Amino acid sequence: MVGTLTRSERRIGIVLSVSLGLLGLGMAAGARHGVMAVHGMMALGLGLALIFHIGGALYDEPEPAPGRSGRYYDAPTRFGIGMTLLWAIVGMAAGVWVAALLYWPEATPPWPWTSFGRLRPVHTTGVIFGFGGNALIATSFHVLQRTSRARLADALSPWVVLIGYNLFCAWAVTGYLMGSTQSKEYAEAEWYADLWLVVVWSVYFTLYIRTLARRNEPHIYVANWYYLAFILVVAMLHVVNNLALPVSLGAADSFTIWSGVQDAMIQWWYGHNAVAFFLTAGFLGMLYYFLPVRSGRPIWSYRLSIVSFWGIVFFYIWVGSHHLHYTALPYWAQTLGMTFSVMLLVPSWASAGNAIATLNGAWHKVRDDATLRFMFVAAVFYGLSTFEGSFLAIRPVNSLSHYTDWTVGHVHAGTLGWVAMIVFGAIYTLVPQLAGRETMAWPRAIEWHFWSAVGGTLVYVIAMWNAGITQGLMWRTYDESGALSYSFIESVRTMAPYYLLRTLGGAMFLGGAVICALNCRATMRAAGGREDAADHPLSLHPAE
Amino acid sequence: MSAPRPYNAPDTDAPTGHREVDPVTGYDTTGHDWNGIRELNTPFPRIVVWALGLTFLYSVVTWVLLPAWPTGHTYTRGLLGLDQSEAAVERLREVDAVRQGWLARFDDPDFTALAADRDLMAWATPAADRLYQDNCAACHGFAGGGGPGFPDLRDTAWLWGGDPETVAETLRHGINAPDPDTRIAEMPAFDWLDRSERRELAAYVAALPTGDATHDSPAGFLFAENCEACHGAQGGGGLMNGAPSLADAAVIYGQDPGTVMETLRVGRRGVMPAWGDRLSAAEINLLASYVSRVSENGKGGRE
Repeated sequence: MVGTLTRSERRIGIVLSVSLGLLGLGMAAGARHGVMAVHGMMALGLGLALIFHIGGALYDEPEPAPGRSGRYYDAPTRFGIGMTLLWAIVGMAAGVWVAALLYWPEATPPWPWTSFGRLRPVHTTGVIFGFGGNALIATSFHVLQRTSRARLADALSPWVVLIGYNLFCAWAVTGYLMGSTQSKEYAEAEWYADLWLVVVWSVYFTLYIRTLARRNEPHIYVANWYYLAFILVVAMLHVVNNLALPVSLGAADSFTIWSGVQDAMIQWWYGHNAVAFFLTAGFLGMLYYFLPVRSGRPIWSYRLSIVSFWGIVFFYIWVGSHHLHYTALPYWAQTLGMTFSVMLLVPSWASAGNAIATLNGAWHKVRDDATLRFMFVAAVFYGLSTFEGSFLAIRPVNSLSHYTDWTVGHVHAGTLGWVAMIVFGAIYTLVPQLAGRETMAWPRAIEWHFWSAVGGTLVYVIAMWNAGITQGLMWRTYDESGALSYSFIESVRTMAPYYLLRTLGGAMFLGGAVICALNCRATMRAAGGREDAADHPLSLHPAE
Repeated sequence: MSAPRPYNAPDTDAPTGHREVDPVTGYDTTGHDWNGIRELNTPFPRIVVWALGLTFLYSVVTWVLLPAWPTGHTYTRGLLGLDQSEAAVERLREVDAVRQGWLARFDDPDFTALAADRDLMAWATPAADRLYQDNCAACHGFAGGGGPGFPDLRDTAWLWGGDPETVAETLRHGINAPDPDTRIAEMPAFDWLDRSERRELAAYVAALPTGDATHDSPAGFLFAENCEACHGAQGGGGLMNGAPSLADAAVIYGQDPGTVMETLRVGRRGVMPAWGDRLSAAEINLLASYVSRVSENGKGGRE
């Protein structure tokens, strides 16, 4: 990292690190004990480590060669991919463990931090924000530069974004283990972590816009539209849903400003659009870049990609209320959520269809190249889970599926089958490039990863479909005496085989991710030249 | 492959200035080029327009029929005039009407008459079983076997009595529950006894079920002075005051010397919630007859 920075940038970096350390010290001193004090000490430790890391190389390491603005800046992407893989293993391992606890609840260890309730958000935050978020940020830097033919606008802010974002994830996850939560699903982190993420995100957005403004292509590629929608809308959702009043400036406790059914509606407006703009829009950006690059095929339809983009962005923002069917939420809001969910299917399938039609003329590559096959499977699962999503949003269907494991299966069809598959496709395309090599170190291992990932996903999703439909039917069946035919505990006992299968499927998926991480490490270790790429002439801006 | 389509394309991309035709699909590209990525100038697929139109039509029909759009202080009610609260209450009423057909019989707690009506019991027992599973099984076990701290309902050892009337009373008001008529029972802590005395007493109590206890001993005297009032002479119990018999090995916390030492040191104050506000009188009577029959069927379930 330090080798890519000039002396003056290193000095600014030290100033920023000192500020981070002071912020941490202030938090620790203000809170004195408890979760916030631990988090303050974490920030202080990170600040000190960065001061030593940059300071130690301040004058020793040579400065980057002149003319770097004529080259792409790939060091942040390299770091981001590393964090992606680290979080993949942490988040997925937590997932497999909590899945196993549902089958063997007696295996819960006696310490508070090992309870299911604390570990479950470690899994969701670890995979969504740790794994997914780092993958989005890392690939967005790569895609943005290549499709704009411009270097990132400056050398420091990518590091602020990546290090700051990972500090947020680490705060969130360690906070859950210590029992700190806002009790909002996918927004569990407390108020100071939320504020910190706003700062980080503003830097990210500014960097993105500044780099786009420097582009040497007259048009902005659709992938950048998706990444921009992801950054912008996630900022809006995050700020509105996390509006809260801290109990005191020195405590990791707060009260949300929303109450009652408004709170529920804001939460699921956030929650569903986290799916839409975090887990869909950003990853569609990834798909629209890496799929044509890997297959060597033009995007099948330019018009379809544009219409799909605006369709997805417009329809998604309405549909959060379908999480609250048959609740205290007014019926009219449920109807709107349901109808927009149905209309949303069209642009979603248009995107999936556009991706699959792009592979026309490259099907032999799909057969031979596991990396491209990851992306093909991702597009198929994207189509599958968006159809399922629209279907489950229809009220009478939802009355069967709601609160069952069908929902869990649906989410994992999207996250394992679509999000993770496209990330792995992107990683296997990117990592050899970043290492200056032709291929991954162990090309055969990509096949093993592919089949364990596809197998794991299918086992998981099919087990949860069966589990969910069984639960839904057991809960709603009355016998002729007017009494429920099954007690709740019977429906729990019936789940045992499905929960065992789910654990198995998750473990297969985790195994694939571990293979991927080892493969990437081996590839980076055997790196060729680390000189940053410049595959298209970049117009030279004045030296920074 | 196929010839370029005579497609009247919009203006070409200025910087590249040229178009090419994709040999696989026969379409030309838009002329854009991003890091080697190109886009085909495929006409907008007709089916997407149709699908958008169809889903929009579905939405419009739905909006007309159901409550849909907010209009300031109110919202469009929809032609069907549906109200989700009314619909939910209506369905609950329907199911409840079916249930009341036979459940009403349990309003009158004449348990002997109820038990004699074999047809009624055959009809009611499956429902009682589900009622038990949903409300009682979490503590008393799937089959009524209890667990550490929770009584076994299959055996004949009862703290307050196992006849249906008494069980119904326990269900209604609970034990040590926040209910004005709750049953109260507490094993006080005997931490004021010397540790050596407690150890002797524990050994004595642990030996009671096997009959090996020496009553004419210091521990026997300690027991007579401190424990007999609640647990009965020589721990025989039977006072139905919430204090268990110590002679039948059915103590819910366990009767090995270590557990008895723990009980003597910290005391015990188990809680059974009051169900009077959560279940109807008929449901409580139904459960009471069910539970007392579990006990009869599994007589001496735990030896």
